[in-house]
Amino acid sequence: MTDTPPLIDEAAPPKDAVPAAAFGIRGQTQFGDIRRRFFRNKLAVIGLTMVGLVFLLAVFAPLVAPDDPQAQNLSLTARPPSAAHWFGTDELGRDQLSRVIYGSRIAIVVGLASIVLALVLGVILGSIAGYRGGKADSVIMRTADAFFAFPLLIGAILIILVTGRGVVPVILSIGIFTWAVPARLLRSSILSVREAEYVEAARSLGASKWRIVTRHVLPNSLAPVLVYGMVSVGTAIVAETALSFLGVGVKPNVADWGNMISAGRAFFGFKDYLWEIPSLAVVFTVLGFVFVGDGLRDALDPRLR
Amino acid sequence: MGRYVVRRLLQMVLVLFGASIILFVSLFVLPGDPIGTAAGERSRDPAVRAVLEKRYDLDKPLPVQYLHYVGRVVRGDFGESYRLRRPVSAYLRTRFGATARLALGAIVLEILIGMTAGVVAAVLRYSFWDVLVTLTTTLAIGVPTYVGGSILQGIFAQKFHIFPRQGGSGSWNLRYLFLPALTLASVDAALVARLMRGTMLESLRADYVRTAVAKGLSKRVVILKHVMRNSVIPVITYVGIAFGGLLGGALITETIFNWPGIGLALYTAISTQDNPVIIAVVTYGVGAFVIVNLIVDLTYAYLDPRIRLE
Repeated sequence: MTDTPPLIDEAAPPKDAVPAAAFGIRGQTQFGDIRRRFFRNKLAVIGLTMVGLVFLLAVFAPLVAPDDPQAQNLSLTARPPSAAHWFGTDELGRDQLSRVIYGSRIAIVVGLASIVLALVLGVILGSIAGYRGGKADSVIMRTADAFFAFPLLIGAILIILVTGRGVVPVILSIGIFTWAVPARLLRSSILSVREAEYVEAARSLGASKWRIVTRHVLPNSLAPVLVYGMVSVGTAIVAETALSFLGVGVKPNVADWGNMISAGRAFFGFKDYLWEIPSLAVVFTVLGFVFVGDGLRDALDPRLR
Repeated sequence: MGRYVVRRLLQMVLVLFGASIILFVSLFVLPGDPIGTAAGERSRDPAVRAVLEKRYDLDKPLPVQYLHYVGRVVRGDFGESYRLRRPVSAYLRTRFGATARLALGAIVLEILIGMTAGVVAAVLRYSFWDVLVTLTTTLAIGVPTYVGGSILQGIFAQKFHIFPRQGGSGSWNLRYLFLPALTLASVDAALVARLMRGTMLESLRADYVRTAVAKGLSKRVVILKHVMRNSVIPVITYVGIAFGGLLGGALITETIFNWPGIGLALYTAISTQDNPVIIAVVTYGVGAFVIVNLIVDLTYAYLDPRIRLE
């Protein structure tokens, strides 16, 4: 029994296999298919451009920003947009354009890091729950239910009250109160994939549990989780700015869109550009992620359109 | 059905238990100095510390502290507000009406706007109206509440003076209620519209609809009696769950519109570090969400007999 050769070796194709290209057939991978469908979707491409632009601004903020975002000029406070200060200056005479540009750093870092944290937690716990089942499943899913009962903002506020304001607390608090959704999504899609014929085939060929989960089950059940992750980067950015807006986000002097909107609302009705411009930045970024997420969903599963 | 109700009740108790542990851990076990916060400079005096630790139960082992905490919560005793020097539960009771009215207003708008838009988009698929609905819902989902609220205030209050910008005593004065309710409803209305469109499109393809059309029923009857009736259940579920969330208080909307509900109470408590009020609002919000969820699930099972109740 022990020296029976494996029936099929996925890694090495038979030696006499003729490459598909020899027949003039273009190789077509699943990933290539998805990419083609994604890039044919105009809104998705627009979204990707928007997200890419914000990303570039965040990376190259020191090169792009005309001014130091913290430099105050108390003789030039709350000035409307002008040639010297395109987006005007805030109540401490700081250049708004530079603060909006630097604000993209907080938005991108918090948005990506918190969702990566949530996805890592969600994928690990969700796949254990879905694949192991039994006791592990009920413990994990009831825990998820308990976390799910907290609205994101309220849960995040709880953590930040304990840890104090800052970028890391905001990332942790958003991640910790978001993981339950991807865990649920992954668990239910694993449950449907687990019984699929190709998984049964792999099992009957003697593949190890680890191999089955990482090679067969996860790749086929990750799609909803990835789509969720993409859209929720936008949600996380909204949550981050909302926390600043409520006074429990990143530190108040940091150049952050939520802080700017919060401070600018004091000038509602007469210096509206103070809150309108950072609001536009938030909407632009969040819409970008929503477009990309929607495009990804349609590309991954064309039946859903 | 009886066994299902019992099982769901047990599950709800489990969830509440888990949620209370999360709350307890985040407030009492993680690093922090409640005595220092409460007593300030005086907390350096060991005698003062000892008295305060005794008063706030902090000298007991953690499991005992937890049991005391749960016991107080179950009796609705959240202690005294640091800021107002009066019982928290009495204070929040005066705030509940305003939040409930805002939640009701928002739900009505969600149903009216969301369902109409969803039905129109599904029936006139790929038409101008469908595209309009898709664009508007995407925009509504992408615009954060505080931005949406500010824009509505800017247009309807500041510019055209149709509605007051903020305030109102939280009463049934529709002039004051409309803008905050619309702000609060916008995201959920968009999600309801999408959900409605999706389920309608699915039912439109169903065999019983083809049969209904084949036997010569008018389009109106088919859509109202066959398609909508079968598409509305997921929407009801969604709206119900959203209502549970809304009853917990609309933190941002109430803050922007100065609407004297539970959300504004939470905002005030956060900015004045009034911890007993914060704990009470969070506990209450989680409880409301879980209980409404249970009611929704039971209604769902009752409405759709196809759902297995094992």
